[in-house]
Amino acid sequence: MVRFILGRLVKAVFILLAILVFNFLLIHAAPGDPAAVMAGEAGAADEKFLADLRARFGLDQPLYVQLWIYIKGAVQLDLGYSFRQQMPVAELIGDRLPATLLLTGVAFILSLVLGVIAGVAASARQGSWGDTIISTLALLFYATPLFWVALMAALVFSVWLGWLPGFGYSTIGAGYTGMAHVLDVAKHLILPASTLGLFFMAIYMRMTRASMLEVSRLDFVKTARAKGLKRSVIQRRHILRNALLPVITLAGLQAGQIFGGAILTETVFAWPGIGRLMFEAINQRDYNVILGVFYISAAMVLLFNLITDVVYVIVDPRIRLTA
Amino acid sequence: MLRPIKFAAAALALALAGPLAAQDGEPQSGGTLNVVIQPEPPGLMIGLIQNGPTQMVAGDIYESLLRYDHDLTPNGQLATSWEISEDGKTYTFKLREGVKFHDGEDFTSEDVKFSMDVFLRESHSRMRTYMEHVESIDTPDDLTVVFNLKQPFGPFIGIFEPGTAPMIPKHIYEGTDFANNPANNTPIGTGPFKFDEWSRGSFIHLVKNDDYYMEGKPYVDDIYYHVIPDAASRAVAYETGKVDVLPGGSIENFDVPRVREMENTCITDKGWEYFGPLSWIWINNDNKPLDDVKVRQAMMHAIDRDFAKDALWNGLGKVATGPLSSSTRFWDGDTPDISYDPEKAKALLAESSYGGETIRLLGLPYGETWQRWAEAVKQNLTEIGMTVDIVPSDVAGWNQKVSDRDFDLAFTYLYQYGDPALGVSRTYMGDNAAPGSPWNNVANYQNAETDKMFDEAALMANPEDRKAAYKKIQDQIVSDVPNLWLLELGFPTIYRCNIKNPVNTAFGVNDGFRDVWIDQK
Repeated sequence: MVRFILGRLVKAVFILLAILVFNFLLIHAAPGDPAAVMAGEAGAADEKFLADLRARFGLDQPLYVQLWIYIKGAVQLDLGYSFRQQMPVAELIGDRLPATLLLTGVAFILSLVLGVIAGVAASARQGSWGDTIISTLALLFYATPLFWVALMAALVFSVWLGWLPGFGYSTIGAGYTGMAHVLDVAKHLILPASTLGLFFMAIYMRMTRASMLEVSRLDFVKTARAKGLKRSVIQRRHILRNALLPVITLAGLQAGQIFGGAILTETVFAWPGIGRLMFEAINQRDYNVILGVFYISAAMVLLFNLITDVVYVIVDPRIRLTA
Repeated sequence: MLRPIKFAAAALALALAGPLAAQDGEPQSGGTLNVVIQPEPPGLMIGLIQNGPTQMVAGDIYESLLRYDHDLTPNGQLATSWEISEDGKTYTFKLREGVKFHDGEDFTSEDVKFSMDVFLRESHSRMRTYMEHVESIDTPDDLTVVFNLKQPFGPFIGIFEPGTAPMIPKHIYEGTDFANNPANNTPIGTGPFKFDEWSRGSFIHLVKNDDYYMEGKPYVDDIYYHVIPDAASRAVAYETGKVDVLPGGSIENFDVPRVREMENTCITDKGWEYFGPLSWIWINNDNKPLDDVKVRQAMMHAIDRDFAKDALWNGLGKVATGPLSSSTRFWDGDTPDISYDPEKAKALLAESSYGGETIRLLGLPYGETWQRWAEAVKQNLTEIGMTVDIVPSDVAGWNQKVSDRDFDLAFTYLYQYGDPALGVSRTYMGDNAAPGSPWNNVANYQNAETDKMFDEAALMANPEDRKAAYKKIQDQIVSDVPNLWLLELGFPTIYRCNIKNPVNTAFGVNDGFRDVWIDQK
C-alpha cells in the first residue's frame, strides 16, 4: 500500500510539471496581457506607464525565460506574485482555498450521501410512484443549468422568503465569534452548497439506482435470497456494497470536476473562493494567479484520484493495487 | 480683457446651504453605509492605480485641492482660495489650516509639491502629461503653493480632484520605491474616512476620521464596500437590503426599471459631469472602404441612437452631437446634422465606394447591454445594405484588438475629464495615432487643420477664445465622421431615499461620502 502511494506521488510530480508547462503556453497564447488590462481599466495610459508595468511584471522577458523563472519558483512552492492584486499568489490562494474546500466539500458529501440514499430508495421498489418521483426530480436537476438554479434559489429563498442570505461568506460587519460565527457561515453556505450539489446528487442517484438494479439480478443475490436472508441485509451487504464501486469511480472523477462548478456558484453567490479568483484572474490575464490556481486544483484532482483508489480497496478487498 | 480670477470658497457653508440639505432637514450622525463595488479594485493607493473602483474607495481616503460642482465650477477642498494671474501662467493656492493626515502628521504645501512634482509625475500617466506645462512649484510658506506654468494651459484649474491630483503624504513616500512601498496596503490621506480592513473577495471597510477638519463631518460611522462579482446578485443584494447604494453600472440595465420601482428607492444620473462618458464606435479609417467619408456618413445616419437610448439604456443619457459630451466645457450642440435617417444613409452608401465588403464589428465585453447594442447596430447597418459580422471577445482580447487596430468598427466609451484638451483631443490628434493603446487616436483620424486648432486652443488663456476655437473643431470633426458617436451615457446611481446626499459633485460617488448622512427615523 505504502509503495503504491509513493509510486503514485512520484508520477504525480511529473504530471503536475507537464500541466504547468502546458497551461503556461496556453495562457500566453491568449490575446492581451495584464498591463493592457490594468491600463484599460484606468481608461488611459501612455507608453511609459505600460512599459513600466510590463517591466515590473517581467513581461518584457522572452517567453522561455518567463517559463523558466516560473518553473524554478513553482518547484520550490513559490507561485509568484499577483500583478493585479499586489500580493504573493500563494498567500492569495491560501486565503481563498478554505472557503472553496468548505463549499465543495459540503456540496460533495451532501450530494454523495443524499444521492446514494435516494438511489437506493428508488431501486428498492422499481416502478413504484416513489421511484418515479425520485427519478423525475433527478432528471430535472441533471438537466437544469447551474446558474439558473443558483439565481432561482437566491430569488425564492433570499428575496421572496427572506430565509437565507443570498450571497457572501458571512454577515459583514456583524463581528460574530465562536459558535455564532459558525452558524452564520453555515447559513450562508446552504444556498451555494445545495446549488452546487444538486447536479452531482442527480448523477449519483441515477448511477446508484441503475447499479443497484443491475447487481440485484446477479446470481449471488439470488443465492442469498434462496438462503432466506433478510431483505434489508441483502440490500445493504450484498447489493449496495457491489453497486457502490462504479459510484466511487465516478465520485473520484467528479471531486475534481466540482471545482469547475464552483467557479460559477462562487461568482453568483459572491463566495470568496479560488474558483472566483481564477475566473477574475483569467479576465484580467493575471498569469501567475491563473497558473497558481491550475497548479493547486490539478494537485487536488491527483490527490482525489489517489484517495479514490485507496477507498476502492477498502470497499472491495478483491481489488489489487499496482502503481 | 483678462482679469485675475479670484474665488473665495467657503465649502462648509455651501454644503450646508445647498437645496438638498435644506429640504431634507438637519443631518444626523451615525449609521453604516453599505455600497456595492465592482470589480474588486487592484489596490487603494490612488497615486499608483487609477481605475474606476480604486477611485471610488480612494475618494473617501484621499483628497485634492479642489472639488467641482455639477457644472464644473471649482470649490475649495484642501485649498481655501486660489488666484490665477492675468497672463494665465501663475496659479497660487492658499491651503486650509489644521489639516492632518490619518497618521496625525500635518498636511502642508510641501506635500502638495511632493505629490504633484515627484510622485504623480513618476506614477500617474495622465498627470505626467498635464505636468509638462508646469515649469516649477514654489512653497513660500506652509500654507501657500504657487504653480509656475511654461505657458497658459486652459484646463489646468480642472485637474485638482482626487482621482487626478491626490495629495500623497511626503513623509511616508519620499525617497522610497513608490510601487513597492508597504504603506500602499494601508493608504493614508487627509480624507473623511480612514482605511480599516480589506477582506479580499468580500469587502473593504473604512471608518470615520474623527480628526477630520470639518466640524461634524463625516456623518456616518463607517462604510462597507461589498465585492459582489455577479450583476444579478448585486441587484439581489440591494433588494434584500444588504447594500444601500448601487453606483452607476452596478446592475444590468434591464434590472434598473425593476429596482427603481422598489419602495424607498431614489435614482439619479447626476455625478458624471466631469467624466462625461461618451460612447462611440471607432472606425478604422485605414481600412477600405471605411476610408471613404461617404461610407462613414452613411453609417452615421443609419444608426438609430434614440432606439438604443430608450430600449437599451432605459431612456437615461443623451444622444451625442459629436466628439464632445454636453457636460464638457466648450461643448457646442449646433454641429452638422448626424441624425437617424436611413433613406439618406442608403443614398450616401449608393454614391460611395462600398461594394458589399463584410465589416467586422467588435462589441464591448461589458455585459448584456453592450452585446445587444452591437446586435442593434448590426441590424441598422444591414438595413441600409451593409454586411456586418460581430466579433466576440473578452476584455483583455478587446484591449489587444483595439490596440493593434485589428477591427473595422469597435464599440468604446471614454472619459473627457471636463475639458476637451484633457479628454477629447487625445482621440483626434494626428500624432497620437500609433498602435499600442486603445484610447489614443485609434481611428487614425488625420487632419492637420484640427490638429493645429487643438494645439492652440489648449494654450489659450481666455475661455472665450477657447470656446470659439472648439466650436470650429467640433464642426470640422463632425463633418469628417472619423467615428460614429452614440450616446452620452447615463449611469444611474440607485440608493435608498433615506441616504441623503450620496451625489454632490461632478464626480458622483467617486468624490467620497463626506456629506452623506442617513435619516434614521
